[in-house]
Amino acid sequence: MLDQQTQTGQAVQSPENTAGNPLVDGGVKVAARNANVYYGSKHAIKDVSLDIAPNEVTAFIGPSGCGKSTFLRCLNRMNDIIDICRVTGDIRLDGEDIYDRKVDVVQLRARVGMVFQKPNPFPKSIFENVAYGPRIHGLVSNKDELEEVVTTSLERAGLLNEVQDRLESPGTGLSGGQQQRLCIARAIAVSPEVILMDEPCSALDPIATAKIEELIDELRQNYTIVIVTHSMQQAARVSQRTAFFHLGNLVEMGDTETIFTNPEHKLTQGYITGRFG
Amino acid sequence: MKPESGTINTPTQKMRATLRRRYAAERRFRAYGIIAILLALAMLVTLFVTIVGNGLGAFVQHTVRLDISIYPQDIDPENETDLEALARANYQSLVNDALYSLFPDATTRRDRKDLRALISPDAKFVVRDMVLDDPSLIGQRVSIRVPLASEFDQVLKGNVDPAVDFRAMREGITEIPWSLPAGERLISDAQAGYLQQLMRQGEIEGSFNRWFFTNGDSRNPETAGIWGAAVGSFFTLLVTLALSFPIGVAAAIYLEEFAPKNRLTDIIEVNINNLAAVPSIVFGLLGLAVFLQFFGLPRSAPLVGGMVLTLMTLPTIIIASRAALKSVPPSIREAALGVGASKLQCIFHHVLPLAMPGMLTGTIIGMAQALGETAPLLMIGMVAFVVDVPGSPIDPATVLPVQIYLWADSPERAFTERTSAAIMCLLGFLILMNAVAVLLRKRFERRW
Repeated sequence: MLDQQTQTGQAVQSPENTAGNPLVDGGVKVAARNANVYYGSKHAIKDVSLDIAPNEVTAFIGPSGCGKSTFLRCLNRMNDIIDICRVTGDIRLDGEDIYDRKVDVVQLRARVGMVFQKPNPFPKSIFENVAYGPRIHGLVSNKDELEEVVTTSLERAGLLNEVQDRLESPGTGLSGGQQQRLCIARAIAVSPEVILMDEPCSALDPIATAKIEELIDELRQNYTIVIVTHSMQQAARVSQRTAFFHLGNLVEMGDTETIFTNPEHKLTQGYITGRFG
Repeated sequence: MKPESGTINTPTQKMRATLRRRYAAERRFRAYGIIAILLALAMLVTLFVTIVGNGLGAFVQHTVRLDISIYPQDIDPENETDLEALARANYQSLVNDALYSLFPDATTRRDRKDLRALISPDAKFVVRDMVLDDPSLIGQRVSIRVPLASEFDQVLKGNVDPAVDFRAMREGITEIPWSLPAGERLISDAQAGYLQQLMRQGEIEGSFNRWFFTNGDSRNPETAGIWGAAVGSFFTLLVTLALSFPIGVAAAIYLEEFAPKNRLTDIIEVNINNLAAVPSIVFGLLGLAVFLQFFGLPRSAPLVGGMVLTLMTLPTIIIASRAALKSVPPSIREAALGVGASKLQCIFHHVLPLAMPGMLTGTIIGMAQALGETAPLLMIGMVAFVVDVPGSPIDPATVLPVQIYLWADSPERAFTERTSAAIMCLLGFLILMNAVAVLLRKRFERRW
């Protein structure tokens, strides 16, 4: 469907149940069409269709329980580990169906990295935390290369200066913000194409949050980033496109500026002006 | 609606009234707790005092010094100096000769019989072992300490009639304090006289009972030891550990991480929990029927004992290991899966190291249970009277708790104190194992 559209050069039309422009012209990194998620009998995500453009930050906002985290976790199949979870529809990474039987989920997760709500470094040294990914994927062939990868990743995550002289100390001994940046370094060490961030700043203080936001903006040069956030200010600050979820529906999606200044849908308007949420 | 003065109706006053009751309840509850702990402590102290009071005597054994002439014509007439021939030689006559020479007056059969009963029937083995260790002693006159027979040892320890005071005897007190009439005495007047004479000459001494720690079981309490049972216990636990740890951990990992959640795994789970409560003798019967009758494995062997105890400890290990796996925070799994670790890598690199302390604790608790287990081992013949120290897991052996059971069943007075001493050793091992468990847990524990 997606291929046909790009081949024929037709104008992209938004799916009927979503306001704004959930689909984009031009390059698409991740594309979802009629995605549904069920937890047992609960219908958690209803017919969501959207596009995520490369080298952009896409923010998912919405009230608690609206399904934004659930949908995010579909993008690297993290929902697979929940037994009762079932996903239908079509989710493609670079045009390839990630729920296809032939797709190796391990490889997929190497391409689509993830940073979680609560910083969760391994109870190992800082070095080991970052080195783990490249090592299990066989991305490095010797110790020097590994050190190189670890240093670059820590540097990109803006953590190198703070931990340079104590790479062997435990990652769990860092402060909350540093731990979260360590988790980001760990994610980018395997050179993913997409990084999913599930409320990465919800456990952090404002200064640590500011650092992470700065970092997200820098990382956009090299990676496609999808971020779930509860803070509308954060969405406005870091993202280029924003999607608003409500009760499992994708209510509206579009350029962040449009969403926050001139939303089409009543619900979006209510949410961003703080009338509910 | 103004509050009247003098009645309790302001919130603070109401609160103060209930507060007193709340504090009283707290004090009462604390008192119950202290009483419970004191009761438990009192029982524990009683137990320890009884066992130690009974068992401490077993670590001392009275010995007689004998000057033994090791004549080559007696033990090595053909001058072979072959160890096997030496082992078979008649050492009893050497011991008897040395004994008779101490009491030249005892010439009648009856006197000599009384005299021989004074020292342990196993004295000949003590002499034999000395000669086997150093064959150059042949032809020499050596001074050696041999154990006193247990009846006389008990007399000197003050446990049986006549309960003599060892120190008073040494100082030459002549009166022997008989409390029973002549017909009911365990030792004869003549024997009491010999004992007294030996004491006066300073030939008898109470010293550390090395036989208790180096010998296997024996019919004679004075040379009966726990070493055979301790080695049997060691081999049994080795087999148990080697089988139950890998099987238990593998089963726990599969059930917790890989098994689909369906009716079958539910049934398996319920059955494992039930198995933990099955009386241990049932496992013994199963071992008898399956391992001995069907597979024809050797009777009384630590190998089979270990296999039976494996069946018994498996549920404990599986339940503890599953609990340990469950307690690993899901964020660690997500982190590992998030960077693209496969399920197996996630488990072995991250979940297992964090669950290890819990698994080890469960395993050591299971091992401690196995160390103290008696009933199932009775069924597979580990209750046999085994004198030799086992050299491998397929040699006939017994284990510490069974040894305690055997000794507790023996009529000799001296076995009473040895029973308590063996209990002390078993408790010592258990405390040691628990200490190891704590150390391992500390060593492997990681913070997150």
